[in-house]
Amino acid sequence: MSQTILELQGIEKSFQETRVLNNISLSVNQGEFITLLGSSGCGKTTTLRIIAGLEKPDQGQVLLEGQDVTGWEPNQRDVNTVFQNYALFPHMSVEGNIGYSLRLKRVSKPKIRQAVEDALDLVQLEGFEKRMPNELSGGQRQRVAIARAIVNQPKILLLDEPLGALDLQLRRQMQLELKRLQKQLGITFVYITHDQEEALNMSDRIVVMRDGRFEQIGFAEEIYNHPRTSYVARFVGNANVVTGWVEEKDENGSVKFSHPDGVFWAAIPEKPEDRNAVRPGDPAAVAVRSEHLELMSAEAAGSEGLKACVKEKSFTAGMLRITLSLSDGAELIASRHGINSSLEPGDRVSVAWGPENAVMVDLQSGNELESSMEGE
Amino acid sequence: MIVSMEQVSRPKRPARDRMSLIAILPLYVFTLLFVAGPLIYMLVLSFLSRAEVWGVVNQFTFRNYARIFEPIYLKTFGQSLKLAFTSTILVALIGYPFGYFMAKLSPKWRGRMMFFLIIPFWTSSLMRLYGWIIFFQANGVLDSILMGIGLTSEPLKILYTYPAVVVGMVYVLVPFMIFSVYSSAEKLDWSLVEAARDLGAGAVKAFLTISLKLTLPGLLSGVVLTFIPSMGLYFIADILGGNKVLLMGSLIYEQLMKAHDWPFAAALSVVLMVMTSLMIYLYRRVTKVKDLEGLI
Repeated sequence: MSQTILELQGIEKSFQETRVLNNISLSVNQGEFITLLGSSGCGKTTTLRIIAGLEKPDQGQVLLEGQDVTGWEPNQRDVNTVFQNYALFPHMSVEGNIGYSLRLKRVSKPKIRQAVEDALDLVQLEGFEKRMPNELSGGQRQRVAIARAIVNQPKILLLDEPLGALDLQLRRQMQLELKRLQKQLGITFVYITHDQEEALNMSDRIVVMRDGRFEQIGFAEEIYNHPRTSYVARFVGNANVVTGWVEEKDENGSVKFSHPDGVFWAAIPEKPEDRNAVRPGDPAAVAVRSEHLELMSAEAAGSEGLKACVKEKSFTAGMLRITLSLSDGAELIASRHGINSSLEPGDRVSVAWGPENAVMVDLQSGNELESSMEGE
Repeated sequence: MIVSMEQVSRPKRPARDRMSLIAILPLYVFTLLFVAGPLIYMLVLSFLSRAEVWGVVNQFTFRNYARIFEPIYLKTFGQSLKLAFTSTILVALIGYPFGYFMAKLSPKWRGRMMFFLIIPFWTSSLMRLYGWIIFFQANGVLDSILMGIGLTSEPLKILYTYPAVVVGMVYVLVPFMIFSVYSSAEKLDWSLVEAARDLGAGAVKAFLTISLKLTLPGLLSGVVLTFIPSMGLYFIADILGGNKVLLMGSLIYEQLMKAHDWPFAAALSVVLMVMTSLMIYLYRRVTKVKDLEGLI
């Protein structure tokens, strides 16, 4: 199996009185593309800076290839960073920027020139050696920043929202290129983003961060299809989260829930410990993505599904989005391809979904559920 | 056809451009009248001869410039240059770190430091120099302290010596260095230093290759702001150096006000100006800095 290259053990960090990182642990495999995904202020940049050595944790250890590097200076770590604002040295040419780390190592000039040329080749900026950073476009600066960080062949490349400042089209293109680059170089990438689509597109594994904690760590597909918490379900999958009470577990692997507006179903959790946590009468939350919501007229549905009211209808990016409201004020969003014009705001409908498309969330954290119910 | 071609190719010069020209005109007139004019007057004066008693006579000569090479005046030049170099180096050594680290303080403390630096400017620098006399004079504050803690047994007699003049120069000029380094360091993007550290540079190496390089314009404008005045701030040498340290500034003053030899004073001034301009030019050539924080 693949080797562990980086390990974070019980990292804690506070700035003044604010706890930014709360006991986080992670292990990253050699050659992996791992993404820290979270909204701004969740502590993902601080995590990255601790790995780079630009910040010292209050508690915990950083291990690089099994060696404790917690107290090491940034220049002693075989880790390079692509900064969010690129941080290109304005007084140096592209060649000067990319060759900086090699010059520090006193590599011979012809070798530096060759290495710079190769690095520029990799990021497809051949012939830009003599340009100054202020003569480059945003996308080109981005590429120079990447070239500068990989020229030294670090063990790990850290990328702090490197595509944040680029326009959508360029971002898509760079996503593919970064992925290609990572495969080609075989370097471990630790990538930071707040864009779940970017994370899902590029990563082998995703770490969803929230308030200085790791909410869920898993393969991209797992995070998307099997969120463990309502936060992950909403943030990564744009899913609806409905809360109700467990009524019964049936033999076909489904769980039935009661709700003031009717009943709904979800798949029974796969893990035995989660399954045991499902007890009739307990409050529970279920995540279901908008494309899986099926709408019927209230009369045709009978006692099945949840009764809801159509609140608004919008058409974006080839999808019809229908916002529904439940009697407790919670909102659900259903989406369809194409235009279904038969529903109008104010219509009464019944919402249902296949149990296989609904995932129970927040099973291990009662507090989580309570706070999410209060938040609605 | 030709007319329309011309209309296309002629650069656009809207009314706004002409308006801004009119707005800027007074500035040009002022500069011409009060900066360029006197300089030309001084240059012309330096080639004329002094009258018997008062003023100048219209007689072309190089004699004023030849006189500068007399040993007594050359020595004054040498002394001035030495003092200017010494003060500038000391001011840079004290002012650079001060300004650099001030830029790294929290905004609250930056404001406070700025305030502390500005307070002395509310008093005339002449007054503050008299303060140094009290500090330096025999059996003054410095002597009392040093003798009090037993470092020296008798008065040091620092007043009216070369070191006293250097201290005075540094004291008067260091704020200008601090301000210009600060304004440069404040603009320094700290993430560049982090990037350098990340790429393998130790703290010192990162400072030398990134911070120092990028704050060099501030340091250089500070050097210019220190070097030029220190060639001419004769009252410091007069007050703290007695008549033992004679500088270019005092020489010019004496020739102009006491000896009434205006052409010679003008020639001295021209040489002083050429020298300082040359210094700045060389400094810029060596360090390859084009922008002196908008100073030149």
